[in-house]
Amino acid sequence: MSASLFIEQLLNGLQFGVMLFLMSAGLTLVFGVMGLINLAHGSLYMVGAFVAAAVAGWSGSFWLGLAASLAAAALAGALVEMVVLRRLYRRDHLDQVLATFALILMFSEGTRWLFGAFPLYLDVPDVLAGSVHLPVLDIVYSRYRLAIILCGFVVAAGLYLLIARTRLGIRIRAGQSDRQMIGALGVDISTLYTLVFALGAALAGLAGALVGAIQSVEVGMGEPVLILAFVVIVIGGIGSIKGALIGAIIVGLTDTMGRFMLPVFFRQFMDNAAASSVGSALASMLIYILMAAILIIRPSGLFGKPA
Amino acid sequence: MNGRDPFIAFICLLLLASVALLALWLDEPYIITLATKVSILAMAGVGLNLALGHGGLVSFGHAAFFGIGGYVAGILASHALNYEPIMQSPWLIEGTTRMLIIWPIAALVCAAFAWLIGALSLRTSGVYFIMITLAFAQMIYYFAISWPGYGGEDGLSVYLRSTFPGMNTMNGIHFFAICFVWLMLAMGLCSRLVQSRFGLALQAARQNPVRVSTLGISPYKVQLTAFVMSGVITGIAGALYTDLNRFVSPSVLGWHTSGEIMVFVILGGVARLAGPLIGAAVFIILEQTLGSWSENWQFWLGAVLIVMVLHARGGIISLLDRRASRG
Amino acid sequence: MFKPSVCALSVSIASILAASLPAVAAADPVKVGMITTLSGGGSSLGIDVRDGFLLAIGENPDVELIIEDDQRKPDVAVQIADKMIQSEKVDVLTGIIFSNLAMAVIPAAVNQGRFYLSPNAGPSALAGKGCHENYFNVAWQNDNLHEAAGSYANSAGLQNSFILAPNYPAGKDALTGYKRFYEGELAGELYTKLGQTDYAAEIAQIRASDADSVFFFLPGGMGISFMKQWDQSEIDLPVIGPAFSFDQGILGAVGDAALGVKNTSQWSKDLDNEANKTFVAEFEASYGRLPSLYASQGYDTGKLLLSAMGKADVKDMDAFRSALEEADFASTRGDFAFDNSHHPIQDIYVREVVSEGDVLTNRIVSTALEQHSNVYADECKM
Repeated sequence: MSASLFIEQLLNGLQFGVMLFLMSAGLTLVFGVMGLINLAHGSLYMVGAFVAAAVAGWSGSFWLGLAASLAAAALAGALVEMVVLRRLYRRDHLDQVLATFALILMFSEGTRWLFGAFPLYLDVPDVLAGSVHLPVLDIVYSRYRLAIILCGFVVAAGLYLLIARTRLGIRIRAGQSDRQMIGALGVDISTLYTLVFALGAALAGLAGALVGAIQSVEVGMGEPVLILAFVVIVIGGIGSIKGALIGAIIVGLTDTMGRFMLPVFFRQFMDNAAASSVGSALASMLIYILMAAILIIRPSGLFGKPA
Repeated sequence: MNGRDPFIAFICLLLLASVALLALWLDEPYIITLATKVSILAMAGVGLNLALGHGGLVSFGHAAFFGIGGYVAGILASHALNYEPIMQSPWLIEGTTRMLIIWPIAALVCAAFAWLIGALSLRTSGVYFIMITLAFAQMIYYFAISWPGYGGEDGLSVYLRSTFPGMNTMNGIHFFAICFVWLMLAMGLCSRLVQSRFGLALQAARQNPVRVSTLGISPYKVQLTAFVMSGVITGIAGALYTDLNRFVSPSVLGWHTSGEIMVFVILGGVARLAGPLIGAAVFIILEQTLGSWSENWQFWLGAVLIVMVLHARGGIISLLDRRASRG
Repeated sequence: MFKPSVCALSVSIASILAASLPAVAAADPVKVGMITTLSGGGSSLGIDVRDGFLLAIGENPDVELIIEDDQRKPDVAVQIADKMIQSEKVDVLTGIIFSNLAMAVIPAAVNQGRFYLSPNAGPSALAGKGCHENYFNVAWQNDNLHEAAGSYANSAGLQNSFILAPNYPAGKDALTGYKRFYEGELAGELYTKLGQTDYAAEIAQIRASDADSVFFFLPGGMGISFMKQWDQSEIDLPVIGPAFSFDQGILGAVGDAALGVKNTSQWSKDLDNEANKTFVAEFEASYGRLPSLYASQGYDTGKLLLSAMGKADVKDMDAFRSALEEADFASTRGDFAFDNSHHPIQDIYVREVVSEGDVLTNRIVSTALEQHSNVYADECKM
């Protein structure tokens, strides 16, 4: 195994992690501020990808599609918040699980209804097509994936500034620490909640659109990512943006490096096909093993407030 | 649980049995299959309800027990049908198609897994507990998919249902009777358990763990015991589900299964005796009727579920029983 | 002591049969139960099989068709099959797309005396020792297209393939199938997670290896994801795969990344025979889209059924089985026959993805395997 391959895999893990961060940031915000478990977060990711593909296909511009996906996911999020979820903040987590489970069914089937059963097409923009040659160690890496990594860090920095430096950020922090109090202080809570939800939805939509260009845009694409996003926020500590970022990168790296290294490891003991099969089986379980291990040692995740 | 719960449960069970008998009389075997499915899924829900409703342990990983129970039944039966012993050394273990042997083994294996998963997961609480139980279920799911021994993702066919003395299990109504009796047993056990000292300790451990421990009871032990019993009940339901389909595959271990069992409980009524039965029955009825009505039935199913969550606090059972409130 | 009654029974059956014989001409319609995936992911395959089948059957008063959605869940498929067999009393079952669902339904159905005509799945467990007289596969044995890919790799002079597939039984069968015919070396062999969408790690390993070609089996969305990411990686190696990842329903989503890729298939839109020309024209006219591999398989299944119905009454199982075995219908693939295990003997072609105007489609470039059956057939005792 060469050093350049190893570094390329690290970059792949980082890129996967950054994508997971975009998904989990919204999820963890919504949980931290409103105390809502939103299983339908993956559906907003799917909405982002479908709208990006449809608009890019119609207009021929990836960037227009990307903008549309942000708007559509934010809109869908705000709508869902106002019509359904708003009534569930005071309820048990269980009612939220049931309602958002039902929303998954509606979003998935609704998308299939609107866009048909066949996967849609979305390509990376020409500017970002192909690969770049990195000067270090002779690494060739996809330009688009580098852009995703960059975009993820820009969003992370933006979120940090938003929460640390702006008025909205102060309210979000206040909402996280004491929900009753901020209402008593005269902040318009329902607008704040809708805004936070729409922000989280837009991030999910952004992730969907970015990933849609290099993956299959199809119904049900949000569900595996949703589970991973939950893994991320639980590892990071629920409600913590910093935790989500670090958790996402840990999960991204673990998954990618596990898929890469485990078969190599097992090849020491067994033949190629068996090693690949056993290694891949273990790799697919790896992030869950990691998550269980972290929670057993730190029951509130890495950066969570102890319960 | 609520004072009128046993009465409501009795009525619901009576309704389920009459549906099956009516279907027998009208010669509608598919309705009997559906009634059997409702019994089995309701039993899985009864198991989950013990942990989730009474113990406050929201497990998003009960598919693990449902699937493990299912695989125990499938593996034992397939070995017996193929005349291949499960292991020959150090001692000989043969497969079996006798339900009376399969059930205790399924219960033991599920208890072992539930004890292990519960012991580790109970270190966490709240949403962390939800997710760690999911993590364990996902590990088992991916293991089952990639392990070639018993068919991997293709699953395991057993062709014939396992046997029960004096019954023809391939006959729909006979098999329904077995599942129905199991459902009654599970509901009866839960009802007794919840009113027992153990049940009170479990509820107290949910509401105020500190006070329970000052009384010299370890909330951890109480909750772990409840979790194991919950896993065993769901696991036996899983074993029955393998017999219903004469087939088991990793899809029963997937997180969708966990989600669906949870939906039955919440839809029917959390911590209510008849809740899982009502939830499972309504879900299956909706699936069947909407499915014949529109190709996009899942959309409408979602819509109906949302309306129910918003307007029926405490599940459907609370609509039937307005005076009751949760807990 | 049971003999007299058995005799009496057979006599009475014979007399009933005799009495009913003249009525064969106005026989009851054949009841066909189609269990296929019509909702959720994977539904595009089921929809194509259904539409192809419906096109073949047309407005036929002799066929009573019941279609149900299996949601791609094995337990749901089993329950629908039970319903169709017990309540609806269908004579023939068909429609299942995915091997794991097929394994759940088919053994029980054929053992209960129903015919099953498979329009897509062909798991090896049903091909060799597990074959059954009432089970007919109208598509392929699962290994076939991969074997053809291996054979093509030899003829294209490829010597060092990197091969990958998801870590589940069909994936393992795929790589085994490829290796069965491929004679070169392996630069690498990878099993990926089922449902995986990101292949950066695998593509990096291919880049780092000294492979001269890539063979992959990644059905559905997995293949779309792989091809898009492969295209971005700008690795200049030939890619080979079975038709599933390059078929009509999927090409639109893969886009130009698929151009020039060689894939193996028993059918192609441009196959030059009358039946195929009619099929392609009628399918496009009826549904407003180009037919896919799956649609052709659904269509052939329908035509096979009609051909057998024209020769025998479905209630006379032996006669109907013989009629099916003859496979006396004009297949969209040209020559078509069943082997002893009721799987197809057929040519498997190499296709190339080309663009016709602004639509991506496939064109046949050569024949990979002629009159190909499957390796399990000899183990079938029936």
